[in-house]
Amino acid sequence: MKNLQKEPIPAISTEEKPGRKMIEIIGLKKGFNNQEVLKDISLQLFSGENLVVLGKSGSGKSVLIQCIIRLLVPDAGSIEVLGSDVNSLNKNELDELRRKIGFLFQSGALYDSMTVKQNLEFPLRRIRKHLTEKEIKEKVNEVLENVGLADALNKMPSQLSGGMRKRISLARTIVIDPSIMLYDEPTTGLDPVTSDEISALINEVQKKYKTSSIIITHDIECAKATADRIMMLQDGEVYLEGKVKDFENSTDPIIKSFFK
Amino acid sequence: MKNLHPVIKIRSFATGKSVKISEKAIEKTQLATEFFSDIGNMAIFIKQIVKETFSRDFEFKEFLRQCYEIGNKSLPLIAITGAIMGVVLTIQSRPALEDFGAVTMLPGMVAISIIREIGPVITALILAGKIGSGMGAELGSMKVSEQIDAMEVSATNPMRYLVVTRVLAATFMVPILVLFADALGLFGSWVGVNIKGDVSLVLFLSQAFSSVEFIDFFPALVKSFFFGSVIGIVGCYKGYNAGRGTESVGVAANSAVVLSSLLVIVVDLIAVQITDMIL
Ligand SMILES: Nc1ncnc2c1ncn2[C@@H]1O[C@H](COP(=O)(O)OP(=O)(O)OP(=O)(O)O)[C@@H](O)[C@H]1O
Ligand SMILES: [Mg+2]
Repeated sequence: MKNLQKEPIPAISTEEKPGRKMIEIIGLKKGFNNQEVLKDISLQLFSGENLVVLGKSGSGKSVLIQCIIRLLVPDAGSIEVLGSDVNSLNKNELDELRRKIGFLFQSGALYDSMTVKQNLEFPLRRIRKHLTEKEIKEKVNEVLENVGLADALNKMPSQLSGGMRKRISLARTIVIDPSIMLYDEPTTGLDPVTSDEISALINEVQKKYKTSSIIITHDIECAKATADRIMMLQDGEVYLEGKVKDFENSTDPIIKSFFK
Repeated sequence: MKNLHPVIKIRSFATGKSVKISEKAIEKTQLATEFFSDIGNMAIFIKQIVKETFSRDFEFKEFLRQCYEIGNKSLPLIAITGAIMGVVLTIQSRPALEDFGAVTMLPGMVAISIIREIGPVITALILAGKIGSGMGAELGSMKVSEQIDAMEVSATNPMRYLVVTRVLAATFMVPILVLFADALGLFGSWVGVNIKGDVSLVLFLSQAFSSVEFIDFFPALVKSFFFGSVIGIVGCYKGYNAGRGTESVGVAANSAVVLSSLLVIVVDLIAVQITDMIL
């Protein structure tokens, strides 16, 4: 694999002190027409770590990370990302913040009408406008190689398998050099082998690009493979937070049902 | 899912007896309420479109791409329909004119009906089906598969990138397609005239255009622009506001066609009233 040089992102220093808070959420609440999804969530994401958020389907995991980049607006609580309060930003400031966050959508969200190449160029052209054509081309090739799909350049998303789509959307997410990554169920719907490959990719991204990540999943294997720390959601609240072994050793029936 | 309403009993004033209101009736009123709240939401949507249209970063490339998509893909359909309408209209009108011994008026009469009404309305209705459903389905599936969210986090305003470009493209392309349909309609009419006679194309056209005036032409063109924007707005509105499941893509496409066809007819009615008043 190619030797990667991460371009410094302006406005935040590249040498982040370990332990710096990248994301801090306090008392987050969110519901949809009298259905309370998140009741009281607080979490912190520290620089360089992989935080896995576990929870069963429908427990509001996607809602949680959508609040972080303000695709959804919370009912109450504060969300600070890289030191700025997400809900008090204006449009430009919000765009500015979103440039530093990579979001891997649960469904991949590849643009159906564009080729893989155009898909990867889209965020580059829009977020990093100063790049030359040559730099764009290099960047696209670099991330494609990183996810091991250099030959998919001119394919349409409909020609890709599920696992390939996940990889391409991962490539599209890291192409902008984010400092925070939000993964929404990166391995759901994939076979165990491909899941392991994706988990490995997540760890690789963490090392190579020095990202801090929140990984949403209900796949225990993926959680074990990627987590520095795990948080479990249950009924809209944080049920348990700790290291992998805290979960494995737990005698709590709900946690045991996950970590069989 | 909404809760199902039980059958409600209401005491009638006249008879003093209880009257049952069925769930069906309640559903109907719900449908009506939905229709009106739809119209209200659409007004807000239009306001947003107007605001984004005049913003700094207009997505010109995407606009051109949409124009090409709409124009190019609808051309064959519009051509065939236009020509057939011309033939049919001519054949149908001939007997009536023959009764009055006024067959020479056939080209002029058909030209006026095509240019004033048949061309714009038939074209708009066909395009409501074709591009309205296309937009509803495309944006709907982009919404469901989180592509619109993905755009938003890529610092791209999806309203500007997806909606404004499509609405403007429809607004400009529909009148062009209408002119095209008019032209082919006239050609079809010439063919129709020649089934039972022998008129050269030049003579036919001079006969046709001797009765067509600017007044026939201009209002039809203006209303075509409105047809175009109605189709674009409704298609985008339905797609952009699709629900969360995959089935909502079909719903979006379907209701886009229904509502835009209906609105095309309504706009036509309003247009005819206005032209009547002014001219
Ligand atoms: N935009 C929305 N509008 C209305 N309800 C929503 C919306 N987004 C989520 N919900 C509701 O919030 C609840 C939690 O949804 P969410 O997608 O966060 O679950 P999840 O934990 O990600 O589940 P899964 O593992 O299946 O993805 C669900 O009941 C869902 O119906
Ligand atoms: Mg989810």
